Amino acid sequence: MKVVLEHLTKKFPSRNKKAGKDVIAVNDFTFEIPDGKLIGLLGPSGCGKSTTLHLLSGLQKPTAGKIYFGEDDVTNLPAENRGVGLVFQNYALYPHLTVLQNIIFPLENRKGADKLSKEKMREMAYETAKLVQIETLMDRKPSELSGGQQQRVAIARALVKMPRILLLDEPLSNLDARLRLQTREEIRRIQCETGITTVFVTHDQEEAMSISDLIVVMKDGVVQQIGEPQQVYDDPVNLFVAKFLGTPPVNVFAAEVRAGELFIGSEPVLAVKGAPDGPVTAAIRPEGFLPCEDGRLTCALSRIEVMGRDVSVICTHPACENEAIRAILRSETKIVAGSDSVRFSLLASKVYIFNSETGERIPFDAE
Amino acid sequence: MGEKNLKGWLYLLPAILFLGAFMLYPLIDVLIYSFEEGYNFTSQTFHGVGTYNYSYVLHDPFFLQALKNTFILVIITVPLSTGIALLISVGLSSIKKLRELFQTVYFLPYVTNTLAVGLVFMILFQKTPYTDGFANLIIQFFGGQSVDFIDGPYWAKMFVLCFYTVWVVMPFKILILTSALASVRQDYYNAAMVDGTSRLRMFTKITLPMISPSLFYLVITGFIGAFKAYSDAVALFGTDLNAAGMNTIVGYVYDMLYSSGGYPSYASAAAIILFVIVLTITVINLLVSKKHVHY
Amino acid sequence: MNHTTDFEKMERAAAVRKKAVTVITYVLLSLWAVMVLFPFYWMILTSVKEYGAYNSEYIPKLFTLSPTFENYISAFTSVPLADYFLNTLVFTVVTTAIMLFVTVFAAFAFARLDFPGKDLTFTLFLALMMIPNELVVITNYVTVTDLDLRNTFAGLILPSVASVFYVYLLKENFAQVPNELYLAAKVDGTSDLKFLFRVLIPICRPTIVTITILKVIECWNSYVWPRLAADEESHFLVSVGIQKIRESGFGRDNIPAMMAAVVVISVPLIVLFLLFRKKIMEGVSRGGTKG
Repeated sequence: MKVVLEHLTKKFPSRNKKAGKDVIAVNDFTFEIPDGKLIGLLGPSGCGKSTTLHLLSGLQKPTAGKIYFGEDDVTNLPAENRGVGLVFQNYALYPHLTVLQNIIFPLENRKGADKLSKEKMREMAYETAKLVQIETLMDRKPSELSGGQQQRVAIARALVKMPRILLLDEPLSNLDARLRLQTREEIRRIQCETGITTVFVTHDQEEAMSISDLIVVMKDGVVQQIGEPQQVYDDPVNLFVAKFLGTPPVNVFAAEVRAGELFIGSEPVLAVKGAPDGPVTAAIRPEGFLPCEDGRLTCALSRIEVMGRDVSVICTHPACENEAIRAILRSETKIVAGSDSVRFSLLASKVYIFNSETGERIPFDAE
Repeated sequence: MGEKNLKGWLYLLPAILFLGAFMLYPLIDVLIYSFEEGYNFTSQTFHGVGTYNYSYVLHDPFFLQALKNTFILVIITVPLSTGIALLISVGLSSIKKLRELFQTVYFLPYVTNTLAVGLVFMILFQKTPYTDGFANLIIQFFGGQSVDFIDGPYWAKMFVLCFYTVWVVMPFKILILTSALASVRQDYYNAAMVDGTSRLRMFTKITLPMISPSLFYLVITGFIGAFKAYSDAVALFGTDLNAAGMNTIVGYVYDMLYSSGGYPSYASAAAIILFVIVLTITVINLLVSKKHVHY
Repeated sequence: MNHTTDFEKMERAAAVRKKAVTVITYVLLSLWAVMVLFPFYWMILTSVKEYGAYNSEYIPKLFTLSPTFENYISAFTSVPLADYFLNTLVFTVVTTAIMLFVTVFAAFAFARLDFPGKDLTFTLFLALMMIPNELVVITNYVTVTDLDLRNTFAGLILPSVASVFYVYLLKENFAQVPNELYLAAKVDGTSDLKFLFRVLIPICRPTIVTITILKVIECWNSYVWPRLAADEESHFLVSVGIQKIRESGFGRDNIPAMMAAVVVISVPLIVLFLLFRKKIMEGVSRGGTKG
């Protein structure tokens, strides 16, 4: 099912009545979610991603704009008639019901012609349970399950009614690190098997990047960038997106463009043809540094961390806004240890420059 | 170490003195009284040990009347008050405006003197030569026959007693149920709403099971409280409850003490019978709740 | 689009239903509010009606145009209402004070001190919570009579002090205060008593206020024991007094004066309630039952 958002806006009345200014949780969101894709809504807390999810589910009504499921305008349709599956951050499993009863719960709500027989409901519940691999836990109560198992039950409950779209609200945030890895692959597998259009909300960029077909980066209710994860990572539209994606984060420098050259400090470090002169903010991905005898960026070496697969060079530079510069190199790379400085040349595709004021990306031609 | 031990007991001493003298000792003593036959209050003598006191109480028509009254009161008021309280609490939690005001008003009976306000109820329901009373005014308005609820037929007196009891116990029940309802997380309702659950089903399948511990707590305390009913009856019908035919078990116990000389043996036997009844009902309640209260 | 109109219709129907439910809810809630408030209104109304006017109303009126305070005066002059009131005040204050003293020390011992037999004693305490008052009242009556304490304040107060439940409530609260505080105080050479008064009691003040208020309500409304312990009017409390007034006070039919007495008796607690509404309701939901 294709999902279309048209100029979707949600305002909340301000809590402080005297100030009287509305809080805009989602501002003019327009987007078409292609059928059968997994979409990651990504942003820091308070950016409006959860509100967007609630608007999609019908738990909240938009202030303006439209939502279409396929060809149907569902903007004013209450939650119960939208046929969405929603998985809550804390799962919201009914504590007094068994796993089986929890999964059957949505099916029992059907009335009239849609009413299902007991056997049919059981069959559907077991089918879904098999999909998320919890069919052996059906008689337990939620309190007897681990976090990961509860998560699967919550997904099963959302899937059992064959939702038109599946919504996941921070589905992994209550799990420990290892389970998180496992479960996110699991979610991807389930999504691929069912082919249900899925939207999931997260503040963890790694999570979003690893399993989404498309990611939507939001900030302060405004969509910053939409695209395939790799493309957004490689080609951020502004400083916020560049900073938000990637671990370790980008290294940000105060820099200047003079006559087609990017200067960090007094050193011209990269040719940036087509960029207008003036002060800029430069961001360099950790993998954009190449140690090189005659490299033009000279940094004070702090230490080297060997991680096995690769090596992190930690160094400092007066123009850098981060506390320390972190460059990631392949472990074969030779670094002269013992010296107190290190010289880098830069990989043009891993260097972005932004307008210092607005944070907008400034395009340039690498040589 | 020795000093430290002493210190702990020293801090406890006042509590132990009070509880020992006025709770623990009486507890043992009441058992003894109940088996001492022919105890004389003034000379403090008795002439035998046995179960005669129990047999006397169980054959006393006043006790049987009290037993009947108490059971009727319990059976009517406990379900009725719990049900109405649930209805009101659900209503309360569904509104925003005026909610605090309603809550405050509903709590008022809790802080009033049962005896004093009972007098108001008596006047509202009483029929005297001077006036039919307010309750009868309403009955007449709807075309009914006026009745004296205070000195009239048994069912009418029982009705006022039940009515007043419900009025008195309501604040506590509403309070407990409103906070139980508030503690059910909104997430559960959201989840159910997305799944297209009807309001009624949400109530029976989510709300009720989730507040079932509070509900059973109320039923149990309600049973215990109603079995010990006494001052409500005094407030409405005066101190001579036996004459009014409206005595309760607790009333019977105290009447045994008030009456000239006093019969602590009979009173003890009656009190222990009451205790056994309450204990049995509570155990039954707990067993039932184990089966039905989830988590 | 066909769908759209359907949705709109559904929405409108849902909105109408919601509105109807809201209206019904408010009507029912108001109905119960009237049920609760009416007796209070009635007693205040009757208390300001003139004796003659009240008696001439065969059909009682719901208002009066000529309110009078006469009844309040006669409530204080023709029956010893002021004495009842004063007795109850003394009874309430002294009982509550002793209860607080006993409870605080017992709770402290259970929560913070170590001594042999503590667990057993505490279990015994908890067991006492289940003992109904009716069982112990009988012996207490005999005890107080034997000690010649009937119709004295000592006889009224002493058996009313003990409240196992409050010890339990306060002990739980004391135990929640992190043990590090106690250890830190020990290291600084603070005595147990000083720790109790300077640290524990200030931290647990809300609970102490709660149990104080609950005990005050309990004392003010108590009826059974005061009636047993005192049969002379000089030591009547308000509950017993009002019963006496009803049976022989103003002459049976001076109901306005009777209602004035009822108002006087009810006012202190209602004022207390309105002042400490949140505290009282919270305290009661944590463990006060009535009846």
